[in-house]
Amino acid sequence: MWRWLHPYAKPEATYQLNQRILPWLAVPGLILLVIGAVWGLAFAPPDYQQFDSYRIIFVHVPSALWSMGFYMGMAIAGLIVLVWQIRTAEWALLAIAPVGAVLTFISLFTGAVWGQPMWGTWWIWDARLTAQLILLFLYLGVLALYAAFEDERAGAKAASVLALIGVVNIPIIHFSVYWWNTLHQQSTITRAVTRLEKPSIAPEMAWPLYISLLAFLLVSSALVVMRLNNEILKREVRRPWAQALLLKNSSKT
Amino acid sequence: MSLLLEAKGVVSVRGERTLFSDLALTLNAGELWQIQGPNGAGKSSFLRILAGLLPAESGTVCFQGERIEDCREAFHQDLLFIGHKAAVKPELTAIENLEYYAAVQGQPLTAPPYELLEKVGLVGLEDIPAQRLSAGQQRRIALARLWLTNATIWILDEPFTSLDVDGIALLHQRIGEHLASQGAVILTSHQPLNDQPVQVHSLMLRYQH
Amino acid sequence: MAGVSVGAQMRAVIRRDLRVALRQRSDLLNPVLFLLVVITLFPLGVGPGPEILSRIAPGVIWVSALLSALLGLERLFRDDFRDGTLEQMLLMPMAVEWAVLAKMAVHWLVTALPLLILAPFLALLLNLPFEAWATLWLTLLLGTPVLSSVGAIGVALTVSLNKGGALLSLLLLPLLIPLLIFATAAIEAAATGLSPVAPLAFMAAILVMTVALSPFAVHAALRVSVN
Repeated sequence: MWRWLHPYAKPEATYQLNQRILPWLAVPGLILLVIGAVWGLAFAPPDYQQFDSYRIIFVHVPSALWSMGFYMGMAIAGLIVLVWQIRTAEWALLAIAPVGAVLTFISLFTGAVWGQPMWGTWWIWDARLTAQLILLFLYLGVLALYAAFEDERAGAKAASVLALIGVVNIPIIHFSVYWWNTLHQQSTITRAVTRLEKPSIAPEMAWPLYISLLAFLLVSSALVVMRLNNEILKREVRRPWAQALLLKNSSKT
Repeated sequence: MSLLLEAKGVVSVRGERTLFSDLALTLNAGELWQIQGPNGAGKSSFLRILAGLLPAESGTVCFQGERIEDCREAFHQDLLFIGHKAAVKPELTAIENLEYYAAVQGQPLTAPPYELLEKVGLVGLEDIPAQRLSAGQQRRIALARLWLTNATIWILDEPFTSLDVDGIALLHQRIGEHLASQGAVILTSHQPLNDQPVQVHSLMLRYQH
Repeated sequence: MAGVSVGAQMRAVIRRDLRVALRQRSDLLNPVLFLLVVITLFPLGVGPGPEILSRIAPGVIWVSALLSALLGLERLFRDDFRDGTLEQMLLMPMAVEWAVLAKMAVHWLVTALPLLILAPFLALLLNLPFEAWATLWLTLLLGTPVLSSVGAIGVALTVSLNKGGALLSLLLLPLLIPLLIFATAAIEAAATGLSPVAPLAFMAAILVMTVALSPFAVHAALRVSVN
């Protein structure tokens, strides 16, 4: 069943595949990002209660969603590292982690910026914000653990173990944080806000949001693919195929 | 002669450097192998791969015809590995350390092993925590395991380190006994093993850049 | 050659580790003293008012317990890694998970038992309502094995690193947040006369899950670390 995947264990094959799919991710991603941003920021109608400040959801929601999606991707790469010991997966883990961490940071930052006019404070211990903060810690833990090892391969394996443990823990953390948040009495501001977000979103706001979601996925994936190819080239620079590639590229310029 | 351990096409990579590639070794009962080579050539790594502590980059190691990953428990039942680190708990006395290793093998000591302690020259030191003994004496505690074990395959990384002349002779004698009773030994050492009655097989590793 | 029973090997590991632990009394005592000092600092920091203290007592006791557990956690594998007994453990003729479980059990015995004995005294110092004392004790009983087993994963991952200490807390604290939440929720519920059963049940579930799964993660991590 896995045979068709097997050629991509070879770095060269992955590199070639990445080069081929990169434009298909980057170009539509950037176009959709512009469309989503312009539509969402300029043309979508203002919210009846939050007015224009809600517009940050076109950045906030996609980054929050994909920060978790990319964590799953990183953990799958970790699983491949541990089970099949494929080096490309080690580099994929390293390529995904910072992108995911930045997405998490963006979602936290935009959440705080949004919170300032809405709740009157930069930070509240809202369940979503808290869970997202913990996710950031998990990402930082994976990155720090990887960096702490002198031997790269050992570092990748250790980071893989941690990423997988994180996956088991994320649902527990999420659940416990929500439970904790409802258990403690919330400030009236928070409760007001939580009620605000209940009503379903109007279609003229939803479309730009969907476009932004897709755009964030494509652009982030393009970044991961570019990072992965950099990692591959860095590691394989002495191999014949990489040498040939470098010669070809330098003769072009 | 029965085949105990067979390594084929073993490759080891540390960091970005290939230590060695395509190493092969066939260990039969009654054989003594000496792995030689300059510092950094990968002697210890090779021993750790053979012991199943370090995964090889590629290649296989088989114990009695089965890959060691697939028969790990049976293989380790029959293996004694003594590495660079003596694996002696510094807080415990010689007797307590030996008691542990005997118990783990399922042959708990019924009485303090005075005879053995006398043999390895630790009599009178049995009540002192190992951390207050010298390096050579700690090494002797580790090597006393050679008299407790009933494993067939011994893998010894630099066993002669920090031993005195008597200790070296004693170790040679014990290795000779083991070989005579159809045991097998793989070791690394920088000294020639002239004292052994059997032929010494030798594997030379070269430093690769 | 007959195989050695798993029970005999685990008993050997437990015996040896207990002996080693009892010879390093200062190592045993330091986390307990640290805990006492932190608990003493809180009234000095937030004021001696009994209402405030009893309000924050569950959180303070648990946060201090987490921090003091981190302090002594490295002992689980660090010494074994240095003197070579760790690699001998990976060569034992049984599933290494059993040896890991034995080591976690010893760690729990020598770190959590003092805490369990000390717990009523801590509750007294922080003016925790008497109704919550039993719940505090139960949360510690259910939570400390989780500290030992999740902590073991973190230590196994970082044992070969020179600067593992700060990293260890970054790895472990996010994973231990659910424990903190449920433990303090249970104590608070008991202190206000509500039923602490729900959070205690969650803690029990977490306990079963981590003790069952963590030996596998620890084994995988140790294989990476011994090289």
